[in-house]
Amino acid sequence: MRFDPRLEQRIVKVLLWAMTVLTVAVLVFIVFFILRKGLPAVSLDFLTKNPVDMGKGGGIFSTVIGTIVLTALAILIATPLGVGTAIYLTEYTWENAVTRVIRFGAECLAGIPSIIFGLFGFILFVTKLGFGWSILSGGLTLAFMILPTIIRTSEEAIRSVPPAYRTVSFSLGGTKWQTVTRVVLPSAVPGIMTGIILSVGRSIGETAAVIFTAGSALRLPTSLFSSSRTMSVHFYILAREGISLSRAYGTAAVLIIAILAVNIATYYLMNKFIRKYS
Amino acid sequence: MPTDAVAIRVSRFSHFIGAEQTLRNLDLDVFRNEILGIIGPARSGKSTFLCALNRLNDLVRGSRVEGRIEIDGRNIYDPDVDVIELRRKLGTVFATPIPLPRSAFENVAFGPRMAGVRDRVRLDGIVRDSLEKGGLYDEVKDRLDTSALKLSGGQQQRLCLARILALKPEFILLDEPTSGLDPISTMKIEDSLRKLKRDYTIILVTNNTKQAARVADRTAFFLNGELIEIGPTAGIFTAPSDRRTDDYLRGRFG
Amino acid sequence: MNRLERKDRLVRLALLAVAFSAVSILAVITVFMFEQGTPIMFKYGLKNFLAGSDWYPSEKSFGLWPMIVGSIYVTFGAMVIGVPFGLACAIVLTEFSSKPVRRVIKPVIELLAGIPSVVYGFIGVVILVPFIRETFGGPGLSVLAASIILGIMILPTIISISVDSLQALPPAYREGSIALGATKWQTVRMALLPAARSGIIASIILGMGRAIGETMAVIMIAGNAVSVPGSILAPVRTLTSNIALEMGYAAGEHRQALFATGVILFLIIMVLNTMANLTSARRKRDRG
Repeated sequence: MRFDPRLEQRIVKVLLWAMTVLTVAVLVFIVFFILRKGLPAVSLDFLTKNPVDMGKGGGIFSTVIGTIVLTALAILIATPLGVGTAIYLTEYTWENAVTRVIRFGAECLAGIPSIIFGLFGFILFVTKLGFGWSILSGGLTLAFMILPTIIRTSEEAIRSVPPAYRTVSFSLGGTKWQTVTRVVLPSAVPGIMTGIILSVGRSIGETAAVIFTAGSALRLPTSLFSSSRTMSVHFYILAREGISLSRAYGTAAVLIIAILAVNIATYYLMNKFIRKYS
Repeated sequence: MPTDAVAIRVSRFSHFIGAEQTLRNLDLDVFRNEILGIIGPARSGKSTFLCALNRLNDLVRGSRVEGRIEIDGRNIYDPDVDVIELRRKLGTVFATPIPLPRSAFENVAFGPRMAGVRDRVRLDGIVRDSLEKGGLYDEVKDRLDTSALKLSGGQQQRLCLARILALKPEFILLDEPTSGLDPISTMKIEDSLRKLKRDYTIILVTNNTKQAARVADRTAFFLNGELIEIGPTAGIFTAPSDRRTDDYLRGRFG
Repeated sequence: MNRLERKDRLVRLALLAVAFSAVSILAVITVFMFEQGTPIMFKYGLKNFLAGSDWYPSEKSFGLWPMIVGSIYVTFGAMVIGVPFGLACAIVLTEFSSKPVRRVIKPVIELLAGIPSVVYGFIGVVILVPFIRETFGGPGLSVLAASIILGIMILPTIISISVDSLQALPPAYREGSIALGATKWQTVRMALLPAARSGIIASIILGMGRAIGETMAVIMIAGNAVSVPGSILAPVRTLTSNIALEMGYAAGEHRQALFATGVILFLIIMVLNTMANLTSARRKRDRG
């Protein structure tokens, strides 16, 4: 019996669409569930007061600070390294064995799971270098985690600057460095920013790499060597130890909103980037 | 008025990209204050020749040269030549207008800024002067701060001309500058060139033979990386000595 | 030489040093991992380490077999859920939806990628685990729970790379097939999917890599029992959970055994990533 292809298509279409709708529904459900249960716990007090009694009471202020400081440190370290590498790969070399090795290294780094970064950070920064559980250890570890993303997006952004611009700069007596700083980078900035913001989003939600390097101290950090707890680590501990369900939901809600905001910012920047070149 | 003083002397000059030879044993002189037209079919080496003069070819992977090009008595391929200064001396205008994504003012000020000029008053003077010489000042004087991308094609090309004039070059190299422009813009640029040759030496590569006939004092015919013949424009067009030149001018190929 | 050109040379050297940072970091990580982890593997014998079923660190017994099986089961389960749904979404997004619909669904799926793994784990604990416990029995913390949550987590990876592969196919593939009288689905099944095969396979391999490397969500919902799971309702511990759960208090040889677990994980991921890169490279080569 020959199957009518149009009937087959109709069945398949329904099936595929059902699966897609289910997938989308699951995501939307997750977000709404967390927000519905978590937003009631979120208030100005929640955001500005420190945790009390191991998190059973109070707010999440010190963890918000921890997240901000850790992410900022990671970005501050990874951005010059990543953008510099991207500039070198695209502007200062022709494609050869060296560039392939560098790119291979970055690709490999990109695939390593965060727990291994956590392990590595623990061995190197916390133990061998003696930084202990600290913002410094955590920031360095996170920086290495986001480095491949920044390299990749910066390289793409730099490559999409029209070669003609560079020709103009050289023909007007510009050096390589002048061309890079006055022509290439200004045009590549939106794309580079996109990579940076994406990495911010990733750092905010990161737990495994952070908990073993920055520790989980609840106090407000006082120096680079203080241990500090981020929101995601706090959420994990609250949930796992069953300390306070309402505050766990609240922390999760804040996390999701922060990441949503970051995603929207990225989308907006990318559109601006695309519009500029079409 | 074109002089007899030799500004550029090209001696047995060849250029290679890897194994491929793009310019073959060129021997020619460029006289000061003349407009030298270079005609020839596609891929005849005309643009490569310009890029050999301003050493933009150096940026191409595998680029290699033999022979000499002397400008003001010095071989520009000597190892201790200041290439940056050379490129300021030989301003180049390309076939497609390439305004940088900034204001008209910033475009013209771009070269001088890179050379170290910071004083705003001085820059203002340079920009105005260059735009006037390029025949664009009147049209943009009220919108110097608007994006150069908003100008018309012809205006953009004249902006590119002003951009190189801002560096006070000795030579102006143009690579098919009006190939994408309307007749009026073309005419404006050709008029500017006639005025500019008083103070500059101009080399004009063009695939439009009529343009060479209109504007150039002497004309050179390139084919397959070779210089076939060179001489006063009138002579080349009415009585070329080489049969290939004659064929090209009559449109039998190219 | 021009003063500016001299500065240029210095800048070039500085950037070269910076660029090597990416490679050196990777080299340093690899060297460290192996330096810390391999001695103990050879002390107790590689066979005991990988195939031993007893993980009792206090008694110097370091058999990783239950965790290796655990990782395999959970990853396989994640693929069973993630691949069909992921491909379905990719096909719908590229072939069966209109531009406005696509512009809504695509960012929503990209958002999926941004949700932290601890949140996924939490949802699993609060909703999925009780559901499994009440409907199917067992403790709820199980291979099934981990597979479902991990499957959801790898969806964005599979979807975005598959979508890219499908969209990169020249329109001629579609037009030619339709011109021959095929329906859209026939076009997809017989022309597009085979043509995008390498990209799709690469996405699946990368999804696998993500699933194997996932830690936090798995810890929260998989039960973490050190035993080879007897069914999908049984609790399970993966290689990653093993590291994360015990690193906080491990010392001496115990700690070294955890580093060794990291080495094994690292090697598996390297192999997977290289395979994924080779498949994408073949895709690029085939299309010329």
